[in-house]
Amino acid sequence: MFDPNKLRKDFPFFENVKKMQGNNLVYFDNAATTQKPRQVLDSIIQYYSKENANSHRGDYDIAHLVDDKVDKTRDLVSKFLNCDKREVVFTSGTTMSLNLIAYGYGQKFLTKDDEILISEEEHSSNILPWYEVSKKTGAKVKFIRLVDGKITLEEIKKAISSKTKLISLAQVSNVLGYKIPAKEICKFAHEKGILVSIDAAQSAPHMKIDVKDMDCDFLSFSGHKMCGPTGIGILYGKFELLNRMDSFLVGGGNNITYDTGCNVSYLYPPEKFEAGTLNLAGIYGLYAAIKYLNDIGLDNIENYEKELKDYAIKKLSSNKNIIIYNKDSETGILTFNYNGVFAQDEATYLNSKGICVRSGQHCAKLLNDYLKTPATIRASFYFYNTKQEIDQLAKVLENGGNFLDAYFN
Amino acid sequence: MPTSINDKLKREIIIDHYSSPRHKKTPENINDYQKIHMDSVSCIDNIYVYVKLDNDKIVDACFDGVACAISTASTDILCDLIINKTKAEANYILTQYLNMIYEKDFDDSVLDEAIVFSNTYKQAARIKCATIGCNGIEELIK
Repeated sequence: MFDPNKLRKDFPFFENVKKMQGNNLVYFDNAATTQKPRQVLDSIIQYYSKENANSHRGDYDIAHLVDDKVDKTRDLVSKFLNCDKREVVFTSGTTMSLNLIAYGYGQKFLTKDDEILISEEEHSSNILPWYEVSKKTGAKVKFIRLVDGKITLEEIKKAISSKTKLISLAQVSNVLGYKIPAKEICKFAHEKGILVSIDAAQSAPHMKIDVKDMDCDFLSFSGHKMCGPTGIGILYGKFELLNRMDSFLVGGGNNITYDTGCNVSYLYPPEKFEAGTLNLAGIYGLYAAIKYLNDIGLDNIENYEKELKDYAIKKLSSNKNIIIYNKDSETGILTFNYNGVFAQDEATYLNSKGICVRSGQHCAKLLNDYLKTPATIRASFYFYNTKQEIDQLAKVLENGGNFLDAYFN
Repeated sequence: MPTSINDKLKREIIIDHYSSPRHKKTPENINDYQKIHMDSVSCIDNIYVYVKLDNDKIVDACFDGVACAISTASTDILCDLIINKTKAEANYILTQYLNMIYEKDFDDSVLDEAIVFSNTYKQAARIKCATIGCNGIEELIK
């Protein structure tokens, strides 16, 4: 039985940090990073306190335990995504995964006659790597027109040309929280010989992902947005593509042999991309995080967050001063402003009332031209948030115009 | 301005300088001005600060761009305070202002309306906003 109040007890953070600025702490910045359950923290401590050795060819029992955990984690991730183990690359997070695709595939195979298709609501990490590809190869970066903040297959059909070689999109926007029709996009793109890269930073923590069913070519996500530690993430890529790509890191652990004539034989994916000591504590933590989410059930998480979002819309809609930018998005991201108050001033006011939100452009700097506001406030929910916390937000926002209270009360 | 002014008046001063700033503009004769771009990864503020010098004297100061209430009001008030001052006088004022923000001893006799930001320490995440204009002016007149 899904019970957020019971799940919260797994999180030392909520036990340790009950108050902020004298008020009950409400953590609504989950799209930025999530809190960590005890199971994840224990797993990290297990590595450092009981199994601390390097992976790759340590010929002793403890090193074998580490290799075994790396292998088990890769296996767990492959089941989490429904892919082959060889298609799971450990990275530092979504940003590194996207950079790896852009460097390893984009810079190697794209040319000045090619086009890359993205959207204005992408996170900087899904824009700037493609700008670099453009600078290095001459390939052009083009943008899909948004319809009411959404990406539709129709607009993608209009935006592609015979030159389009790759489409890279967030499965769920980190600002507006809309889901894209990923499966339909992949099907259409493949009919045209176009590859599809999916930024799953805001989807993998919140909904079931099946890369076989979706049929994307690449998919990237971060551990820390799904109860795992910072500094660990995943790149999924179809094996045949990974095999043709270059690694932007080379060195220990990614080669089989080399000679003084600069001849190198690199390992096969995924190890080919994993030069240097892996973030082993991160891998231990990610293992525990995925197990934790699987035990709750991704469907339960998705449904409950939708329930929270709907509840928040209902509670806040009666406040005429609140402008909501994504009423109909399906995920737990609520983007709004308070009439006449600059987003960061309102976020400071919420801080003074114990509520953690984020203000600004949320690393999607192109989207604000579309929204016609320099900044927004984002409250993002996770399975451990409650309706009572949304009540606190709604109550505090009743006096949201008095934002200078933050300094004078 | 006495430091004992009450919170109600302080709030009114901030709102006044935020909603109708006197110095928020891009100067017409922009080539007569020193200019600096100020932004930060930790806040949304993204402003240009302009200072017009006549030898050692600041004859005008202004700013323009995207800015929250705290950065708009603080920069506007500081522009008021440094116009028609020498660089040395202005630097002294800015130093006292920063000392106040960072909770050090400061000379309140030169801060006038800028005293309204004495509570910034309560919202540590906003120190950047209260100092972005100040830091820009300092760079331009050092």
